[in-house]
Amino acid sequence: MIISILKAMQGAVGQGALWGIMALGIYITYRILDIADLTVDGSFALGGCTCGILLAEIGLDPVAATLIASLAGVAAGAVTGILHTQCRIPAILAGILTQLGLYSVNLRILGKSNQPLLKVETVFNGIVDATGLEKAWVSILVGVVVLIMLIAVLYWFFGTEMGSAIRATGSNENMARSQGMNTNFYKILGLAVSNGLVALSGALISQHQGYADVKQGIGAIVVGLASIIIGEVLFGKRRNFAVKLSAVVLGSCIYRIIVAVVLQMGLNTDDMKLFTAALVAVALSVPTFLEKRRQAASYSESGEGGKTC
Amino acid sequence: MLKISHVSKTFNRGTINERRALTDIHFEMDKGDFVTVIGGNGAGKSTLLNMIAGVYPIDCGTIFLDGVDISRKPEYKRAALLGRVFQDPMLGTAADMQIDENLALAARRGRSRGLSWGVTKKEREEYREKLAQLGLGLEDRMTVKVGLLSGGQRQALTLLMAALREPKLLLLDEHTAALDPKTAAKVLELTEEIVEGGGLTAMMVTHNMRDAIHIGNRLIMMHEGRIIYDVRGEEKKGLTVADLLEKFEQASGGTLDNDRMLLA
Ligand SMILES: Nc1ncnc2c1ncn2[C@@H]1O[C@H](COP(=O)(O)OP(=O)(O)OP(=O)(O)O)[C@@H](O)[C@H]1O
Ligand SMILES: [Mg+2]
Repeated sequence: MIISILKAMQGAVGQGALWGIMALGIYITYRILDIADLTVDGSFALGGCTCGILLAEIGLDPVAATLIASLAGVAAGAVTGILHTQCRIPAILAGILTQLGLYSVNLRILGKSNQPLLKVETVFNGIVDATGLEKAWVSILVGVVVLIMLIAVLYWFFGTEMGSAIRATGSNENMARSQGMNTNFYKILGLAVSNGLVALSGALISQHQGYADVKQGIGAIVVGLASIIIGEVLFGKRRNFAVKLSAVVLGSCIYRIIVAVVLQMGLNTDDMKLFTAALVAVALSVPTFLEKRRQAASYSESGEGGKTC
Repeated sequence: MLKISHVSKTFNRGTINERRALTDIHFEMDKGDFVTVIGGNGAGKSTLLNMIAGVYPIDCGTIFLDGVDISRKPEYKRAALLGRVFQDPMLGTAADMQIDENLALAARRGRSRGLSWGVTKKEREEYREKLAQLGLGLEDRMTVKVGLLSGGQRQALTLLMAALREPKLLLLDEHTAALDPKTAAKVLELTEEIVEGGGLTAMMVTHNMRDAIHIGNRLIMMHEGRIIYDVRGEEKKGLTVADLLEKFEQASGGTLDNDRMLLA
């Protein structure tokens, strides 16, 4: 019993790390650019399908296939960015349009709705063969190595002139433009980088689970938001950017652990999406309720009773 | 320095909400001019400044700044030549970013933004000195998020940012209107220091007639999308608030319906 729970935990952390890459991508749009980007569900599956077909049909090197899949995500993000900035379509709708279009694109890429990847060489079984480590450990290893590199790169990038311009665009577009920033360009850039990370995550996940599926991205945006919000609720809104990014990843792992626990407790996998939606709704409302309670508790009509107003 | 010819602007043309905001504006400014702009609500003062800044496209005419035709350039490109401060203190700074980061963004106005550091150590020292000159104690709070500052502090910072790269033209649209009287006076004092100290060319919209008379070397009055009065030099210095009100009544053929202008 204990062993099986530990095993489940181990798997959850590995999955959390790989999905954490996606959550980092969503963090860029949701928290930095202040855009709710719904491209994510499509670009996650795009990463998985592109990588899957490159591995299964062309027999490409897994690392190269993963990188090409990420670039496909970059392109998908740019499409949303162009729809939003050049055609003036509201960001949410632009994301939905790209996401919808990508469903057909993904079907075209894969040629069918599901592609098994059990018999092809992937990033993971390559390392399993080379090191003899258990697969669960390998997925944690790959996830952690990729995440450390990504967090370092993102930390550096958002400290550069270009990264600062993206942050300024997200914080105050009016100010950004009046200080000479081409806000349209920086929005497209942010969306592209974000969806590149999402597709990278999709590519790794499909290799990890042993198949690519056109439906693998359904609900991905909500899972990503859950990770971001769990990270913020548990670790507070820290100031250091690297800490913030790490909190997102930890949020992702904790989300996976919660999922593993409720599945162990007998939740039907079909109910999982409802559970996730409810979890995010609760997590999003917790800060609001806490603030209200604090306000109510500290209120006093007369300003007496030792309370300072 | 600035040459505006035949500029008109109608908002929502061809709809029931059609609003003529500027009518055939001709206006020239020399280098070093500090022009105050007055006029009733809806006279077109903000629109004039927005047309120069490129917030909306103009319907016709040309705008030259420092010999460059900027009539059809996008806002972010014109920004290289301009410094702007808005009426709303929230508009001019990025609330989620630190004071030094905001200044660094302004320091790169009109330059390409690459992959070198967004703020360097050397710059920080420079900013510390400039902030100290504001006399608001901001030099010791450089890593504080701008969102935590007061409206007056943010406005002073925006002013500093606008002047940081020595703009060809500084556009101030009622930039003290949202501040309490004491803070407004302080920001206005800073404005004069920065404009006159740096030999900048500037336009300042205000509803305070006394400020409009005492500040700058030239005054224009707008009414229904036109510039109806333009004085400079000694003649301007000799004006009184009563003169301006009379001028306004003459030009508009009615009494002033703007209480804010009378408050002066
Ligand atoms: N974005 C816009 N869309 C439609 N109409 C506008 C827009 N901006 C300004 N107008 C109209 O143009 C006219 C001039 O407005 P403007 O804001 O320039 O006046 P103002 O002189 O700055 O007045 P105030 O003293 O109230 O700031 C007004 O009739 C206004 O309703
Ligand atoms: Mg105005």
